[in-house]
Amino acid sequence: MATEITTPSAELAETKRKERTRSLIQLAGMLPVLIVICILFAALTPNFLTQNNMVNVVRQASINIVLAAGMTFVILTGGIDLAVGSVLGFTAVIAVVVSLMPALSWAAVPIALLAGCLIGVLTGMTVAYIGLPPFIVTLGTYTAIRGAAYLAAGGTTVINSKIGFSWIGNGYVGPVPWLVIIALLTIAISAFILHGTVLGVHVYAVGGNPQAARLTGIPVPFVLIFAYGVSGLLSGLGGVMSASRLYSAQGQLGIGYELDAIAAVILGGTSFSGGIGTVFGTLIGALIIAVLNNGLTLMNVSFYWQLVIKGAVIVLAVTLDKLRTRGQAA
Amino acid sequence: MSLNTKAGPSNDRPILEVRGISKSFPGVRALKNVDLRIWPGEVHALMGENGAGKSTLMKILAGAYRPDAGEILIDGKPVQFRTPHEARSAGIGIIYQELTVAPNLTVSGNVFLGSELKRFGFMKDTAQMDRKTQEVLDRLGARFKASARAAHLAVAEQQQVEIARALFYKSRILVMDEPTAALSDRETDRLFDVVRQLRSEGLAIIYISHRMAEVYELADRLSVLRDGEYVGELKRSEFAADKVIEMMVGRRLEDFYERAKHTVGEVVLDVRNMSDGKRVKNASFQLRKGEVLGLAGLVGAGRTELARLVFGADKRKSGEVYLTGRRLKINQPQDAVRAGIGYVPEDRKLQGVFLQMSSAENITMNILEDCATGGVLNFAKLKTRATAEVKSLRVRTASLNSRAGGLSGGNQQKLLLARWLEINPKVLMLDEPTRGVDVGAKAEIYGLIHQLVEKGMAVLFISSELPEIVGICDRVLVMREGEITGQVGGDTGIDITQQNIMKFATDVTRSGSTNGN
Repeated sequence: MATEITTPSAELAETKRKERTRSLIQLAGMLPVLIVICILFAALTPNFLTQNNMVNVVRQASINIVLAAGMTFVILTGGIDLAVGSVLGFTAVIAVVVSLMPALSWAAVPIALLAGCLIGVLTGMTVAYIGLPPFIVTLGTYTAIRGAAYLAAGGTTVINSKIGFSWIGNGYVGPVPWLVIIALLTIAISAFILHGTVLGVHVYAVGGNPQAARLTGIPVPFVLIFAYGVSGLLSGLGGVMSASRLYSAQGQLGIGYELDAIAAVILGGTSFSGGIGTVFGTLIGALIIAVLNNGLTLMNVSFYWQLVIKGAVIVLAVTLDKLRTRGQAA
Repeated sequence: MSLNTKAGPSNDRPILEVRGISKSFPGVRALKNVDLRIWPGEVHALMGENGAGKSTLMKILAGAYRPDAGEILIDGKPVQFRTPHEARSAGIGIIYQELTVAPNLTVSGNVFLGSELKRFGFMKDTAQMDRKTQEVLDRLGARFKASARAAHLAVAEQQQVEIARALFYKSRILVMDEPTAALSDRETDRLFDVVRQLRSEGLAIIYISHRMAEVYELADRLSVLRDGEYVGELKRSEFAADKVIEMMVGRRLEDFYERAKHTVGEVVLDVRNMSDGKRVKNASFQLRKGEVLGLAGLVGAGRTELARLVFGADKRKSGEVYLTGRRLKINQPQDAVRAGIGYVPEDRKLQGVFLQMSSAENITMNILEDCATGGVLNFAKLKTRATAEVKSLRVRTASLNSRAGGLSGGNQQKLLLARWLEINPKVLMLDEPTRGVDVGAKAEIYGLIHQLVEKGMAVLFISSELPEIVGICDRVLVMREGEITGQVGGDTGIDITQQNIMKFATDVTRSGSTNGN
């Protein structure tokens, strides 16, 4: 009884072509911007394009990459986590303090990671079950955890010059620092979870259409708790990386890091309203920020001007992205 | 109640005349050549089914839409409204169903909103505004002060504020859209007093309502719209329930629906005493294997709410759900899905489709676990199943990876259906599955429903379009104001006709008795 309505095949082919260019554009994302910036700096300063400096850039970016990867999960669900910098500071202090206890020093890293994860899970539960806006919940944890970091450090800097896990911040595998390896592994694992697992698809579904997700039978609260848990865990990892690199930690460690993490995610093309974006894009975004920092410093641009230029580039890059993908957004 | 003798054609000319108004929207012809004549000092009921064009006509009178053709005459002179402001200046006041009172202002502040009285040219003259407002409120018999804050008023009182505002603009024609929808019985009585008062002052009132009882009680005449066309006008002496319904419903079953007789089996879904304390009151029903059970009723009757309660999407106050004799604990949609109940929601874009995700992802959203080992997806398996669904449902999509947001309404609906078919539910609840879907896809969806019930699925079919309810359902439940008020088809001995459904959907039986006294 039902008759098929035939669309001219030319029209279908046309849509198919469009789909293909679109997915190409989506995949490339901000990569062209990163490349252009790199070429610019390579032309302007001879020291930029050396192997040493390249490794340096990625190492400087490594902690932000890890934080931004966690942030990607949260923003994909349509939320935000303002507390990542505070959690980093708190867990770094915890890691150093525990490493100073002779009986527990072996457990410094697991305890720090667990603490970060726990904070994230509690945040997620508040968002999922009480239904508070993520901005407000994490504004609260942002403040409270910062206070906890100062308290745990006793208001001073805790130092352990013989910290057990110093290899994390200072070791190398061949020419590659462990910090870089950890950051890239984090991206790889995050990408695998987001694109290769049931949970990953659920993250996109919840962020893209929370009502539909619920009516489809997706356990929305669990997905939210998972996303914030990942963000907390990776903030804890960031804390461990910082503590190891510095052999020390203090209450104000990580202030403002959340803004760089958010900037990396947005530069990476992830939609602030959730449901669209990739962790690969986030990597590119974090690298753009790091390259700007590094290149401008090499050019002896004053710190104040660096801030101005960085801010302008972020807005400009996202504007370009918007213009390029106009009409393709859902 | 006495008939207003001034009403009707005894006056020399109508205060408002609509001639040959047409209005189209992309893809829809909302009004076709509609006429309407309203006389001063009458309450004129405007009736019609959902989507008959009442709201469009009202918005044209309000100056919110401009007609494609036709003219509007006030006191015999043609007028054109380019803005709502012009319509208001011409003497047409509108009381919308959704009230537009600003809660943080006082009553007089609301009445004078946008044209506040001033002292010395810049200070608000609150005392003067309060006094003038109070005069109108007294005339309406309002029991609140002009200086009261609007937020503290009940819905009925807020409505009076809107009426007062309309009177202030010297409205001579008052259009009221379902004014009693949110009112209690006592508030309704008070509103009727106000309406009668205004009529006796010579105003013309266009009263849009679904409720027959109200129309019987208030109206001097009524006009009926159907499918955007003007069907006719009845004088009060000609009011008869069957006649009005026939005018509203019109044509009989179309050939469009081929009615297949399904072999109906044992009870699959048994819903008992479902209530949410507001929109659904104590609803019980049974759904059998191989049956298409229709759920009809006017918009706001509680059909969607009932389905959502069964599905666990909203909090229930009471009620039990049994599936093949086993009592289910459904606290959230997840539980219903696990038990084998599917639900295609009313608002496809907002509640159903993941617009930014691919067609394949949309189809396989419910079978991810089946196609994964230890949470890791098997893409080959997912692709095979999605491809099969796209083929069997004839989804017109460029590729499995095309974003669902780029597809037509009909194809998006097919993605949703495919998503549920993949888990092969025992019960599938479809809420307005053909809304915004082109005719070809509609026919395909009907065909699919037939196939599903033949395979033994039980389908609950919610629709506002009576022809399709009549066309494809084996049995129909009718809801009104949160209650299941009737049942047609099946073994009830009542034929499934639009007239019979409308009788239960409107309160025509009750109005029969009120009309007598």
